[in-house]
Amino acid sequence: MEYVSPEGLRLDGRRPMEMRQIRAEIGAVSKADGSAVFEMGNTKVIAAVYGPRQVQNKSQQMSDQALVRCEYSMANFSTGDRMRKPKGDRRSTEISLVIRQTMEACILTHLMPHSQIDIFVQVLQADGGTRSACINAATLALADAGIPMRDLVTSCSAGYLNSTPLLDLNYVEDSAGGADVTLGILPKLDKVTLLQMDSKLPIDILENVMQLAIEGCKAVANYIREILLENTKQLEYRRGV
Amino acid sequence: MLHNKSFVKKTRAGRVMKQVREHYLRDDIFCGAPFCKVCDTSGARLSASPSTILVLDTNVVLHQIDLLENLAIDDAVVLSIVLEEVKNKNLSVYNRIRAICSNSKRNFFVFSNEYHRDTYIKEMTGETKNDRNDRAIRVATQWYQNHLGSGVKVLLITNDKENKRKANEEGIHAETVETYVKSLDRPDLLDLLVRPSEDVDMEEVEDLRPSKRKVIYIEHKPMSEITSGLHRGIYHQGKLRVNRYNPFEAYVGSESIGDQIIIYGRSNMNRAFDGDIVAVELLPQDQWQEEKSLSIACGDEDEDEDVHLAPNSADDAPRTIPQQGSSGEINAVSSRPSGRIVGIIKRNWHSYCGSLEPMPMPAGSGGIVHALFVSKDRRFPKIRIQTRQLENLLDKRIVVAVDSWDRQSRYPSGHYVRTIGEIGDRDTESEVVLIENDINSRPFSSQVLACLPPLPWTVSSEDLSNPIRQDLRNVRVFSVDPPGCKDIDDALHCTALPNGNFEVGVHIADVTNFVHPGTPLDDEAAQRGTSVYLVERRIDMLPKPLTEDICSLRSDVERLAFSVIWEMTPEADVVSSRFTKSVIKSSAAMSYVEAQARMDDSRLMDPLTTDLRNMNSLAKKMRLRRIERGALTLASAEVKFQIDTETHDPLDIGMYQIREANQMVEEFMLAANVSVAQQILKSFPLCSLLRRHPTPTKEMLEPLLRTAAAIGLHLDVSTSKAMADSLDQAVGDDPYFNKLIRILATRCMSQAVYFCSGELSPPEYHHYGLAAPIYTHFTSPIRRYADVIVHRLLAASLGIFKLPSIFQDRGQLTSVSDNLNYRHRNAQMAGRASVELHTLIYFRKRPTDTEARIVKIRSNGFFVFVPKYGIEGPVYLTTRSEKGGGEWYIDEQQQKIKKIDGSISYSILQTVQIHLEVVEPQPNRPKLQLSLI
Repeated sequence: MEYVSPEGLRLDGRRPMEMRQIRAEIGAVSKADGSAVFEMGNTKVIAAVYGPRQVQNKSQQMSDQALVRCEYSMANFSTGDRMRKPKGDRRSTEISLVIRQTMEACILTHLMPHSQIDIFVQVLQADGGTRSACINAATLALADAGIPMRDLVTSCSAGYLNSTPLLDLNYVEDSAGGADVTLGILPKLDKVTLLQMDSKLPIDILENVMQLAIEGCKAVANYIREILLENTKQLEYRRGV
Repeated sequence: MLHNKSFVKKTRAGRVMKQVREHYLRDDIFCGAPFCKVCDTSGARLSASPSTILVLDTNVVLHQIDLLENLAIDDAVVLSIVLEEVKNKNLSVYNRIRAICSNSKRNFFVFSNEYHRDTYIKEMTGETKNDRNDRAIRVATQWYQNHLGSGVKVLLITNDKENKRKANEEGIHAETVETYVKSLDRPDLLDLLVRPSEDVDMEEVEDLRPSKRKVIYIEHKPMSEITSGLHRGIYHQGKLRVNRYNPFEAYVGSESIGDQIIIYGRSNMNRAFDGDIVAVELLPQDQWQEEKSLSIACGDEDEDEDVHLAPNSADDAPRTIPQQGSSGEINAVSSRPSGRIVGIIKRNWHSYCGSLEPMPMPAGSGGIVHALFVSKDRRFPKIRIQTRQLENLLDKRIVVAVDSWDRQSRYPSGHYVRTIGEIGDRDTESEVVLIENDINSRPFSSQVLACLPPLPWTVSSEDLSNPIRQDLRNVRVFSVDPPGCKDIDDALHCTALPNGNFEVGVHIADVTNFVHPGTPLDDEAAQRGTSVYLVERRIDMLPKPLTEDICSLRSDVERLAFSVIWEMTPEADVVSSRFTKSVIKSSAAMSYVEAQARMDDSRLMDPLTTDLRNMNSLAKKMRLRRIERGALTLASAEVKFQIDTETHDPLDIGMYQIREANQMVEEFMLAANVSVAQQILKSFPLCSLLRRHPTPTKEMLEPLLRTAAAIGLHLDVSTSKAMADSLDQAVGDDPYFNKLIRILATRCMSQAVYFCSGELSPPEYHHYGLAAPIYTHFTSPIRRYADVIVHRLLAASLGIFKLPSIFQDRGQLTSVSDNLNYRHRNAQMAGRASVELHTLIYFRKRPTDTEARIVKIRSNGFFVFVPKYGIEGPVYLTTRSEKGGGEWYIDEQQQKIKKIDGSISYSILQTVQIHLEVVEPQPNRPKLQLSLI
């Protein structure tokens, strides 16, 4: 199957180095302390953050840092075909863990001992790259909740099909069976907090693909920063400062 | 960059599902015209100042691809929607149009209209997909005209009347292919045109056949009916294989029945071609015509089919009309199912080589003439074509493509593609052999040649100082090859060690040192797959400087090699083995004859001869051990021509003689291949390229067993060991008997094939013929691409080089190995066809009487094999005029054919005297006729 035409266009009309259209919105769930909706093309996720708050299960309480919990789920209507997914299946558990670890790496947990932070992410519409979108949404929601962080974590995926590195795979490209690298970075600190890959890649090509994913993450970070700035200006305006 | 989310798509994958895809529309897709002021012209492909730019419609690309491949058609825009439609309808045409588009000499530009924001259109309600696409093509044409301004005429070429009408209404210039080509004033191009089928019909009705309107073939069933029929088991699917000796008889190997279904006659074949995937319906059992399948017919066309254009040639070939019901005994044994084709699932049409059937020149020359094309391969029916250059084509070999075959016409209609050359000319006929086997014999392109190291090439000091390369120049290395061999890819050495053991080395030309993955040279070699050896020429896989000089392990020059070195006990047990890249200096390049003479000459005691003798004794032991394990000694009827150096005409034919020296070299090559196979499989269990030879099934050996039983020979085929033993014991009263049995056995087996180790489970790796659990090809990288791959794998397993990416992809490696198998088979077929061609040339001047053996019995004759020349062919007992044919009958059990009155009988493997002569029953299709004396 031809995923990149000789003219250099992908199936959906993007060029190999282009991301899908991204859109973000802060404050989608007013009851939560912080929340955000993040879209990458047709992938749409919502994130809500509660906390820092009292630890619900006392036995888990830690005296030196905050407890971060994360729950990932997919809405039943998120994929076209109607499928009942049991809660807590392997895939969700794994992604929950991935997101928790990624976020824990950037939250300054030691400032909030004896407390708990809950991150809920739900996929509303899935079209490839849900992991990345969830991390981006969670970052925004954490920022919205005012939780102290080292840096924003942003994430983007990249793949390798038809001997071409591709940025931000959609569902069709994702299910092509090629390598799929999901990367999460702290853009300001230039540190990698998440690196996952399906399938195999030669090491030198992996470097190229990773570099592409880093560029993608940085682009996402710029966008998120803009959104946050915009949001802060709005808040300023509302308070009449 | 503008993007727009839209696109709702429904697909069917078992059930209907709605799918939503993003579709980004862009403003950075350029028009491809270098004179355009607005667009970025760096990727422009159209010529600098064309008067007309063509926009091609899908039907034009699909049907007129031969015309588009002609250089006269240029400055064309191919829209992405057209490419997409073509790809869905016909992949081979898609590949061809893609090749034109990427050819830098052609000004074909691909315009991605579907992603351009001005040319993307949405489907309107009530509009079919086809109409929408046609509209998209018109919109794009319109856009081009507006974009480029009035200086250039943008012309839509379409054969769709409706589309053309609408285009004209919208003010777009549109023409049909015919009118456009006519306006070019190039009559030769008109031949390349494919006429829409209704046109053909009309014209034929007018001037050719008054009775034409009658329907000759039954209608093909619609696809939906075929699918449901296949599900319910009424129809059976399979590939149609037409009998080489009888074009009216074909087989469909059906998995659902587990047997071959015989299709007899053109009307039952119902317009299917050899190689088509067809759906077959079984005939009722009382119509099964066993005896027909056992006859060798040699007719050219059924008499009742000889209506038409040219008076048909005198047709003196024998033919059998089945003795249906004439002998109850025969009908009783009838067991093979016959069937009738009800539909064609996938066509295998390609272009065919042949010539026109001779016909008188029409009075008015220059006009359109209908002619019948006769394919050189008898398995294909005649093809009707139209031409305006009949006088040029009559004595030429031409290539013709098939376009359609409708129910009313007896023959498919096609169109002329190109001329190869004069009929009967040896070069032309060789070219035909190459084309028929899809062999690329074009000279290497400049990009490929640019990858070669500069000449003259010598081993450099870097090579010598390279730590991965062992210096073996002081070792006495020699090579043994066929006489006149220039591409020497293997050399050997054998040194006695102080502890009484021997160090034996096999040195293989280090081709991968020069052919690097991903270069044009490598791509070309991968595509060619193998060198092709014809009788009078060789078509190389790699360019000549590499083949004959840089890689060839000639004597007295330093060469790079990849070596396998064993330490062996005098009993030929391997103590240790290692692999290394090396530098060698061959001390002698001998021919088999020379090597054999040295070994046999007891006076010679020089070190080289001693080495040879040591090796030979080791080889004999290894061979013995291999045979004990159950390796088969198979035989083929290989012949060797002596070619006149001046005229290149064959002077003499003889069987290829095998000497001990051949076996010695072969033994060490086998051992090297097995060692390498073990090494690479150990390192890359999932992506090694190996070679396997499947164990023949009972059904495959059935003909052999029947023959053996008829002559009272018992063959045990339970294991390869048992088979080898019983073959050894099959010694008849004459020396050739054993070889004949071996040849018959070889034919029953399937071919060895390359495969990717990840695709199969280890027990399936087995090589039956060699009785080796694993095997690969390592020893001939100059002439086989498989060996190049194995060299890379071996180097990677030693940690010398890193593994190229294709080896990490199982699918890709599988497709490479499929290509290699295909190329190997074709190379073999081409070699055989070339031998056949030269046999014909040889016997044209020398009708000969010789001895032959009967190998297959049929109801009206038998097939004989001529050991002396390696020829096999039919001998007819009944002639066509005696179509009653009842005087011979066949004894299935004893494999005999007897005259009714019992006066004469022929049994299988019997020796007969035959007369060989070249006859031309049909013009331009000479053949070797064998007749009893």
